[in-house]
Amino acid sequence: MDLSAINPILLVASLMVAATPLLFAAIGELVVEKSGVLNLGVEGMMIIGAVAGFATAVESGSPMLGFVAAAGAGAGLSVLFAVLTQYAQANQVASGLSLTLFGLGLSALMGQSYVGIKPPQMQKLDIPVLSDLPVVGPILFGHDLMLYVALGVITAVWAVIKFSRIGLVLRAVGENHDAAHALGYKVVRIRIMAIMFGGACAGLGGAYISLIRVPQWTEGMTAGIGWIALALVVFASWKPWRVLLGAYLFGGVTVVQLNLQAAGVAIPVEYLAMSPYLITILVLVILSADKSSAPAALGRNFHAAR
Amino acid sequence: MKLTNLMTSAAMAFGLATAALADDPTKVGFVYVGPVGDGGWTYEHDQGRKAVVAEFGDKVETVYVENVAEGPDAERVITQMALQGADLIFTTSFGYMDPTINVAAKFPNVRFEHATGYKQADNVATYSARFYEGRAVQGTIAGNMTKSNIVGYIGSYPIPEVIRGINSAYIHAKKVNPDVEFKIVWAFTWFDPAKEADAAKVLIEQGADVILQHTDSTAPQAAAQAAGNVITFGQASDMAEYGPLPRVSSIIDDWAPYYIARTQAVMDGTWASGNTWDGIGAGMVGIGEISDSVPADVKEAALAMKAALADGSYHAFTGPINKQDGSAWLAEGEVADDGTLAGMSFYVEGIEGDIPQ
Repeated sequence: MDLSAINPILLVASLMVAATPLLFAAIGELVVEKSGVLNLGVEGMMIIGAVAGFATAVESGSPMLGFVAAAGAGAGLSVLFAVLTQYAQANQVASGLSLTLFGLGLSALMGQSYVGIKPPQMQKLDIPVLSDLPVVGPILFGHDLMLYVALGVITAVWAVIKFSRIGLVLRAVGENHDAAHALGYKVVRIRIMAIMFGGACAGLGGAYISLIRVPQWTEGMTAGIGWIALALVVFASWKPWRVLLGAYLFGGVTVVQLNLQAAGVAIPVEYLAMSPYLITILVLVILSADKSSAPAALGRNFHAAR
Repeated sequence: MKLTNLMTSAAMAFGLATAALADDPTKVGFVYVGPVGDGGWTYEHDQGRKAVVAEFGDKVETVYVENVAEGPDAERVITQMALQGADLIFTTSFGYMDPTINVAAKFPNVRFEHATGYKQADNVATYSARFYEGRAVQGTIAGNMTKSNIVGYIGSYPIPEVIRGINSAYIHAKKVNPDVEFKIVWAFTWFDPAKEADAAKVLIEQGADVILQHTDSTAPQAAAQAAGNVITFGQASDMAEYGPLPRVSSIIDDWAPYYIARTQAVMDGTWASGNTWDGIGAGMVGIGEISDSVPADVKEAALAMKAALADGSYHAFTGPINKQDGSAWLAEGEVADDGTLAGMSFYVEGIEGDIPQ
């Protein structure tokens, strides 16, 4: 055992990279749930984003274009969910689950010819002076652009929900859609926009895995991150800053586990693999005493005539 | 897998219908653990399958199913293949051992070939390559090239084949560089690019400047390339697209001659169960071109090692070698017997850490 081999600076830096897909997916889902919709299709939208982003980046040679396509594909798939739940009044849980299964299958089909191909590389941001600072440099200024975009999205969502009128309306729709409707807000339209935002974010998260973190395409490569994102939203009790905290905690588990292994500490892989879910269950138990944090209309369908 | 599986079975059903009309071609099935495009292990097996098709043309019909999980799923897929009239089935991963044996017991007229396993039956032969010979060459290069004296090793599962590779690489790295140290991470998967990439990154962060992998994807190569100043070796396939750096050489599995010979044997009715374990000499293990990033003297030493292994004048496990706990294993000049190698479950002296149970 030689814990001194673990370089804490590099550990934090790679932990941030590992947590970024989770950040994207979770912050998108947070907005969706804030509007009172429970979309369990995060995993499906992520994997579609991963394959669409990968394919676009390979064909066009531009990773940025890949991310744009990934956001588009994620949002596109989420429209399916929106139509099912907002117009057809389908059950949200069932629709979300089928979205995940559909996404996994469709992505495997789309990705057939992209297995084993090398995508164009995304340049790391190299800010003169700042990137060379000791400690802070590699942690804060040595990453790729998308990592900062993720942090930006978190900040933006936090600011919008907390301070803006749009945020207030979103929360109103999520807390009590009948009251929001009576006030003249277009509940269905607002929810569809929230769902599409969630889809776009999930798509970005997926593309971050296939274009930056791995970078490669393989079937089912999101490997449950979408589910962790769902757990994370609950863990964060629907607060953007806690999503950030939780993502680093959950995302860090894998990185820490591998680091410990390389340093000679043998912790069975299975324990760490289940730890995010264990923590979430624990938080759920604690939260059960305090129901105020979940949007009141979460998972309930809205129809103006009812 | 489900979709591929479905399409393959549709193709197989169709094939069955037409086979009855034409004069019965020999049907050869392949079960793969990863996708054929993994660029490593499964890719090379599929190259072997294509060689069989090229060799026999219309006289042979091949089917394959990719991404078959080891375990109960495998048993189902193999059974399905046997039911649909395969004459010879290659199951190409260690974890298919028991499923293959189980299915073989139910289909005595179908011949099975299991790669890298140790259980045989009247209709189950085993075959493997002496990858550890290639590891000896890699160890020689790794020991010479490392500047940090830390070599990172991504293991898949703690099975004899992988442990043999670690030991062989370590012994030969140590021989040329007494200060060398191995850091071993177990990924517990054959093919999961995300996990493999993470493992490679962690090893690099902990100071490794050489990464050896016993997993099938090219993700560790990509991670090493992104990190810079790290060298890697292609695993199972050449992975030449990552040369000349980080990939400086590779172990290439060449299954084609074996697959052709065994298919021929089935056609001739001379097929018999047995165990084939060939190395560099027989050509089953190839050493990919050593790139110019390797200094000339190191390259020379590596090639000399390869030549000695090929003509049999040197065995990769030649004593004196002690086990990890310090007890004697091989005396001076003694070479390891195949039985011990096949079931190897211990590290040699000098490697730190425990093999996970």
